[in-house]
Amino acid sequence: VCVCVCVCVCVCVCVCVWAVCAMCGCGRDDFQEELVIRPLHSGDIYASFQFRTVWDTDFMGGKKVSHYRLFPKSLGQVISKFSVRELHISFTQGYWRTMQWGQPFLPSPPGAELWVWFQDTVTDVDGTWKELTNVLSGIFCASLNFIDSTNTVQPSASFKPLGIGNVTDHRFLRYATLPREIVCTENLTPWKKLLPCGSKAGLAVLMKSEKLFHSSFHSQAVHIRPVCQDWQCKSTSWELRQTLNVVFDLHSSGQGKREWSLFKMFSRTLTEACPLASSSKIYIDVTDNPQGEQFELSPATPLLSQAVVLGDRRTYSVYDLTQQATFGSMRSLNMLLRWKSSDGECDMMRPLLHGERYVAGYGLQTGEIHTLMYNHHPYRAFPVLLLDTVPWYLRLYIHTLTVTSKGKDNKPSYIHYQPSKDRVRPHLLEMLVQLPPNSVTEVTVQFERALLKWTEYTPDPNHGFYVGSSVVSALVPSVVAMDTNSTQERPLFSSFFPSKEESSYFVRIYTEPLLVNLPTPDFSMPYNVICLTCTVVAVGYGSLYNLLTRTFQVEEPSPGLAKRLANIIRKMRGVPPL
Amino acid sequence: MAAPLTLLLVVAVTIRAALFRSSLADLIAERVEVVSPLNAWKRVVEGLALLDLGISPYSGDVFHETPLIIYLFHFLVDYAEITFMVSRKFVSSVLLESPRLCFRKQKYALEADRYPLDCLELIRSPKEMYYIPLKVAMFYLLNPFTILSCVAKSTCGLNNAVIALFILCTIKGSALLTHTLSLCLHHYPASFLFFLSFRLYIPVNIRRPSFWWYTLQYAFMYLGSLFVIICLSFFLLGTWDFLPSVYGFILSVPDLTPNIGLFWYFFAEMFEHFRLFFLCVFQINVFFYTIPLSIKLKEHPVFLIFMQLAVISIFKSYPTVGDIALYLAFLPVWSHLYRFLRNVFLVSCVLLACSALFPVLWHLWIYAGSANSNFYYAITLLFNVAQILLVSDYFYAYLRREYHLTHGLYLKRKDGSEATLVLK
Repeated sequence: VCVCVCVCVCVCVCVCVWAVCAMCGCGRDDFQEELVIRPLHSGDIYASFQFRTVWDTDFMGGKKVSHYRLFPKSLGQVISKFSVRELHISFTQGYWRTMQWGQPFLPSPPGAELWVWFQDTVTDVDGTWKELTNVLSGIFCASLNFIDSTNTVQPSASFKPLGIGNVTDHRFLRYATLPREIVCTENLTPWKKLLPCGSKAGLAVLMKSEKLFHSSFHSQAVHIRPVCQDWQCKSTSWELRQTLNVVFDLHSSGQGKREWSLFKMFSRTLTEACPLASSSKIYIDVTDNPQGEQFELSPATPLLSQAVVLGDRRTYSVYDLTQQATFGSMRSLNMLLRWKSSDGECDMMRPLLHGERYVAGYGLQTGEIHTLMYNHHPYRAFPVLLLDTVPWYLRLYIHTLTVTSKGKDNKPSYIHYQPSKDRVRPHLLEMLVQLPPNSVTEVTVQFERALLKWTEYTPDPNHGFYVGSSVVSALVPSVVAMDTNSTQERPLFSSFFPSKEESSYFVRIYTEPLLVNLPTPDFSMPYNVICLTCTVVAVGYGSLYNLLTRTFQVEEPSPGLAKRLANIIRKMRGVPPL
Repeated sequence: MAAPLTLLLVVAVTIRAALFRSSLADLIAERVEVVSPLNAWKRVVEGLALLDLGISPYSGDVFHETPLIIYLFHFLVDYAEITFMVSRKFVSSVLLESPRLCFRKQKYALEADRYPLDCLELIRSPKEMYYIPLKVAMFYLLNPFTILSCVAKSTCGLNNAVIALFILCTIKGSALLTHTLSLCLHHYPASFLFFLSFRLYIPVNIRRPSFWWYTLQYAFMYLGSLFVIICLSFFLLGTWDFLPSVYGFILSVPDLTPNIGLFWYFFAEMFEHFRLFFLCVFQINVFFYTIPLSIKLKEHPVFLIFMQLAVISIFKSYPTVGDIALYLAFLPVWSHLYRFLRNVFLVSCVLLACSALFPVLWHLWIYAGSANSNFYYAITLLFNVAQILLVSDYFYAYLRREYHLTHGLYLKRKDGSEATLVLK
């Protein structure tokens, strides 16, 4: 009887737990973290953190999700309240130099960038977008509340969804960028708080702001999208990726010595993996160092992994932090890369697609925007999609748009242009341009600078106004067959952009932001200007009033002052005047 | 008369053709004194390019012309230069006709015996009046303002042509369609259309039923043709977008591009709280003088047209030198007022100096960076004050001449000494 009772109790408890679990809808969740370190050819070093949480839950279903474990509650509530299908936000300090550093794993433009796909159940997308930007502004301690209709656009062809789903109505897409936004510790702290282990365990202990912000390039991003659970894709789960890319400069962080270690880069060493992580790995790119002739990696690790990323097959030494043996007897891991000699460097693989942008012209009246797109492939031509967002106060003249490749006119096959409306929305220009092999394509368009109202200038008006980066998206032909199998266990850095076909990979390039000066009025003069202009109008009014209301009369001359005074006295005396 | 006129036309065409072919044409087309957001050629081309791309030109904020301009230039865009030159010649020929017609209706010669004897020197002889149309044409065609406006291909030339046609038809006594046309091409003449036409040569007697009958007829035809033209504009693009883009733009002044007028800097520096108030004040100021002027000048319709044109050109929201050239062309008609003008030297010096300083100070502000916007603004103020002085001076001279015509030229006071005349 006791045994029966015990068994019954156990069964009941299990049933209850299962029921509770079923009722609150908690599905499986999984957390992975990784760090990729890639030495660059200029002596700098590129470190890319990725933290991935996958959760089988349904935010859009009827039941409110209330039991959060690994997935951060603030983001979960944002997704369910604003019916978000995909959210991509990035904060970047610095500009990625493609020609010196190669392609990044995850591109991002300088400043803040936010693009969101909403569910098709949303009725008022603009209102939802405004609320969403304000909520995100609070979550990330950033001034995203400056995103309004004057810098939000609806791209019609770029920024297709990166997760699953076949909604392609671009009414539900919003894209905005704030090139002037600065990234600092205040943005890093809430970003770190979203991680399951915070900054207390795992790879996140390395993220100390005094070293991270003392770098050439710093970018932190959050990407939320729905992904397939398995290869049959019968159900979807939500994926949250937090990425942090940083490039340490050889001279300012490395003191000129070509020797990098975890301690030198982050002023911390690793002691344990995050206990909540199912996988915690460090990848060191050793493709250029097969026999150890370029640099020496210590402590040595037997694990090697190969991955095809960005059209290149790379070899990585792997440190698995979930294995206790990785930390050695000191219980801490500090990898060291020491370069042997500075000569004998092999060439970096030239990035196939590269973009530049600048403003031409002189004076504060007109100007010209030049966007250059380089195709370094020796024999293949491929089309690229160029997206340009220009603020309304730089009035573009689309009849001056010219696209030339190799000196000849290159007509784009698709142009989508939405002209700006003053103080309401910016210009949007999207073009599909075919880039001939081994060539430079130049896109030029003329603009006129507007004079704004004196309250519309920033407090430092002579600094200039920023124009957000152009976005160049393309499927670049690959010499190495890309891996299209999406279910295999792959490192996180190679699985962000899904490859649909083997012969090409997706690349997104951001050009430089532009800094443009506008003519300014004199800010100390509002009262004076009002007075002077009203004076001129009054002069006109006065003259015309006089001429309209008065008539000519013959004038009797008035006597001099003495005579007048005498007349007054005489009048008082009652005597006739002079 | 034909030979000097032909010579004048040839000279004018040569100057314009030479400038069109030179490199100065692009430079002039960008000058803010000559073109404004309302009538720049660059914006017309932009509007046509947007139409080619399949986008409505009014969906952005670049194109502010009426749809009739799209109709016109869709076919004529390659012949733009010729179109503008032709419109100039048209204006000048129309301006030629007007004084001639006007003088034929001069009553003075017939009523010369009504005036005191010493006024005979005030009345113009037919010989003087013979050369006035030629002088008018010369003033218009050879005015540097007109030449600049034509070379810049500003649609101000087309506006001037329609206004000149309106003036001619009004003087002839029949002017219905041109009213609506000029309204559609140019917003401001609406002000004086109503009041001019039926005051013109029609004795205004409120008690007579024929006056009201005529007013009704006129209003009905005016509204009807206005309706037709607006609907035509609608059918071009199928939207009513052009109404806020054209008329809303003129009235609400959102674009603060510097020009020679008073609006741009005023509204650039305006406190947000008062913006609507001052906008209303400034726009009312343009139309405000219509009724008083029509009452004062009800017997002198041609001068009324001149005054109205001048007031609109000075106080409109986006003036250019082309607008000024139109009313300056009328000055030879009043050449007999010269003896009563008080500020000729001052006004002409200030106008010349300001015209020379405009490009200098613009360059210093925008290109050299050594001046700021206040310099250009100051010259704008001065230019407008000079124009106001010019217009009020001519008005004063005209009224004074009328006074002398009725009271004699050499006035004597009661004691026999020479009298002075003042406005009281």
